[in-house]
Amino acid sequence: MTEAAARLTGDPLDTRSARPIGTSARGDKVFEIVITAFAVSIPALLVIIAISIGLAAWPALSRSGISFLTESTWDVAAGKFGAAPAIYGTVVSSALALIIATPLALGVSIFLSEIAPKWLRQPVGFLVDLLAAIPSVVYGLWGIFVLIPLLRDPIGPFLRDTLHLGSTPLFSGPNYGYSMLAAGLILAIMILPFISAVTREVLLAVPRSQRDAALALGATRWEMIRDAVLPFARSGIIGGIILGLGRALGETMAVTMLIGNRPEIASSLFAPGYTMASLIANEFTEATSDAHLSALMAVGAVLFVVTLIVNALARWLVWRVTRVGR
Amino acid sequence: MNRTSIASLAILVSITAACGGDKSGSASSSATSSSGSVDLTGAGATFPYPLYSKWFADYAAQTGVKINYQSIGSGGGIRQLSEGTVDFGASDSPMSDEDIAKAKGPVMHFPTVLGAVAVTYNLPEVTTALRLSGPVLADIFAGRITRWNDAKIASLNPGVKLPATDILVVHRSDGSGTTFVFTDYLSTVSPAWASGPGRGKEVSWPVGLGGKGNEGVSGQVKQTPGSLGYVELAYAKQNNLPSAAIQNAAGKFVAPSPEGMTAAAAGVAETLPGNTDYRLSIVNAAGPDAYPISSFTWILLYAQQSDSVKGRKLRDFLKWALNEGEKQAASLDYAPLPASMASRLTARLDSIKVGTTQ
Repeated sequence: MTEAAARLTGDPLDTRSARPIGTSARGDKVFEIVITAFAVSIPALLVIIAISIGLAAWPALSRSGISFLTESTWDVAAGKFGAAPAIYGTVVSSALALIIATPLALGVSIFLSEIAPKWLRQPVGFLVDLLAAIPSVVYGLWGIFVLIPLLRDPIGPFLRDTLHLGSTPLFSGPNYGYSMLAAGLILAIMILPFISAVTREVLLAVPRSQRDAALALGATRWEMIRDAVLPFARSGIIGGIILGLGRALGETMAVTMLIGNRPEIASSLFAPGYTMASLIANEFTEATSDAHLSALMAVGAVLFVVTLIVNALARWLVWRVTRVGR
Repeated sequence: MNRTSIASLAILVSITAACGGDKSGSASSSATSSSGSVDLTGAGATFPYPLYSKWFADYAAQTGVKINYQSIGSGGGIRQLSEGTVDFGASDSPMSDEDIAKAKGPVMHFPTVLGAVAVTYNLPEVTTALRLSGPVLADIFAGRITRWNDAKIASLNPGVKLPATDILVVHRSDGSGTTFVFTDYLSTVSPAWASGPGRGKEVSWPVGLGGKGNEGVSGQVKQTPGSLGYVELAYAKQNNLPSAAIQNAAGKFVAPSPEGMTAAAAGVAETLPGNTDYRLSIVNAAGPDAYPISSFTWILLYAQQSDSVKGRKLRDFLKWALNEGEKQAASLDYAPLPASMASRLTARLDSIKVGTTQ
C-alpha cells in the first residue's frame, strides 16, 4: 500500500525527461522479443521437466501399473517397488502439519492485524516471518536434539497415559520419538510463517469500513472478527493454507531426519513412516539399476503431480480473493 | 533435492573436463598439461574420501598431476564411470555383472584400503564391551530377538547384567556401501537372512528405524537408550561410540580395528587365485584376529584406456597410491592392504591397456 502511494506521488517522467522520447522503434521490437523469450522459457522449462520425469518414470509405471500406487512393499533387492507407504506418509505428515499450524497461524495473524498495539506488530510479524528463513537441515538438527527427546519424555507419556489416548490406534505402540508425529510437528513449525504471512496480509486488506460497520451494530471485538473480518478474508486464508501445504508436501531434509524412514503404513502417530521426498533423497545417490532409478523417478512424478495440483489450487484461490478484494 | 542438483552439477563439470581433456589428448600424446587445469577426474564413494583427498593433495604436490574427485556416493560413481563422464570411479561395493555390462567396456577393480562396520549400541548400565555373534546379530535385525536379556545374547555375555528392555534397531535409510557390507555379512552367517532381506545397498528391513547417513544412525543410537545400530568404524572411533566385539569365523570375539581388517584381508589374500578380478568379499574371513565385518573399497577404471595421456597418469597415480599412499591410511583410521596384496596389485596395473596401439 505504501508502495502504491509512493508510485502515485512520484513523477516517473521527471527522471527520463533528459532523453528524447519515441525515437527508438527498433528498441521496442528487441525489447518485445527478449521479454517474450523470457516469458516463454519458464513454462517451457516446466514442460521439459514434466516430460523428462515422465519419460524416466515410464518404465516403472508401465511395469507396475496402478499397483505402484497401491502396493506397500519397497524392496530394491527383490525388484519390488510399491510407493503406497511413501504416498501415505507424505499426505499424513502434511495433513498433520496443517492441523497443527493452521490454528496457530490464524491466531498469530488475527492478533497482529486486529488486537496487537501498532508498535508490537512489526517486531512480532518479523520474528514469525524469520521462521521461514531457517534452513531445513537446521530444523532437522533442532528436531533431533530438542523435539525428539521432548516427544519421548513429557509429550509421549502425556498423550498416552495422562490423556488416556494410548488405547486409541492413533497413539498406540512404542514411542521412540522418531515418528510421523515428529515429522508433522516440525513441518507445522516450518509452514507456519507461510500461512501466517499470507493470512496477515489478507486480514489487513479487509476494508476498515467492514469493521466499523460491525462495531456500529454493537458487535463485540470477537464478534466483529468472526462475522465481519474472517468471512471476508476466507478465500485468502485458504490460499495461504494451501501454499503451506505445498511446502509441507515437498519438504525433504528435516522430515528425513525425524520420521524414522520406515516404508510401512501404521495407524499410530508414534510409529515411524516415510515420505516420497525422503525416499528419493535417501536412495537416489546409490541407485544404479535401471529399474530402481526408474522407480525413484516415478515417485518423483507422483510427487510432482500432487504438488502441481496443490499449487494450481492455491493460485486459483489467490486469484479469486484478489478479485473479490476489489 | 540437494544431492540431485549436486550430482547433476558434478556431471556437468566432469563433462566439461572430459571434453577439454579429449581434445588435448588427441592433438598430441605428449604431455600438454598446463598448470591450473585438472588432469584426472573421478567420482564415487564418500567413505574413503578423507583419505583420497589427502592422497590427491600429496600427489599433486609431488608430481603436479591434479586430480578432481567428487564424493557423490558409490552409486553415482558407478553411473558416471559407465557414462564415461569421469576417468575413474570409486565404490564401497563391487560392480555387479549387470552394471559392468552397461559400461563402455571391461571395468577393472582395484582395492585401495579397507573399512569395517562397527556395531554400536546404547546401554548405559552395561560398562564392558558387548559381545555378539553373527547369527545373533541377524536375529536381532530380523526381529526374532527383541529383548536385551534374551538367552542368546546373555549366553555370549556371561557376567554382564543385561536390561529387560526392548532392542531398538537402527539402520541406514539411504543407500550405502556400509549397508552393503553389513548385509553381506548377515547373509553370509545366516541362511535365513540370505533368503529374506538379502544383501544390498538398501534392503527391506524387517524391523527398526532408518537414519540418514552415519550421523543419522549414530544420532539415533546416542539418544535412545536400548538401541543398536551399525556405522563405519572410522565414524564410530572419531565420535567415541561403543562398538561390540563380534565373534569371527575362528570363534574369537574381535573388536573392530585397522589390524583386524588387515588380518581379514590377509586371510583372503593368501588363497587368492591368479586370475582374480578383486571383486572380493572378506566378511566372516578366516584367521583368529580377523574382524568379521570388514570390506575393501575400490577404485574402478576401464581396462582399455583410450586416452593414452590420461591412462598413463591414472596408472602412475595408482602405483603411487598402492605403495606410498597406503602408509597414510592408518593415521586416518583406514586399514592398509596386506603388503603382498599391494605388490600384486602394483604388478596388475601393467595389464591396463593404454592408448589404442599398446
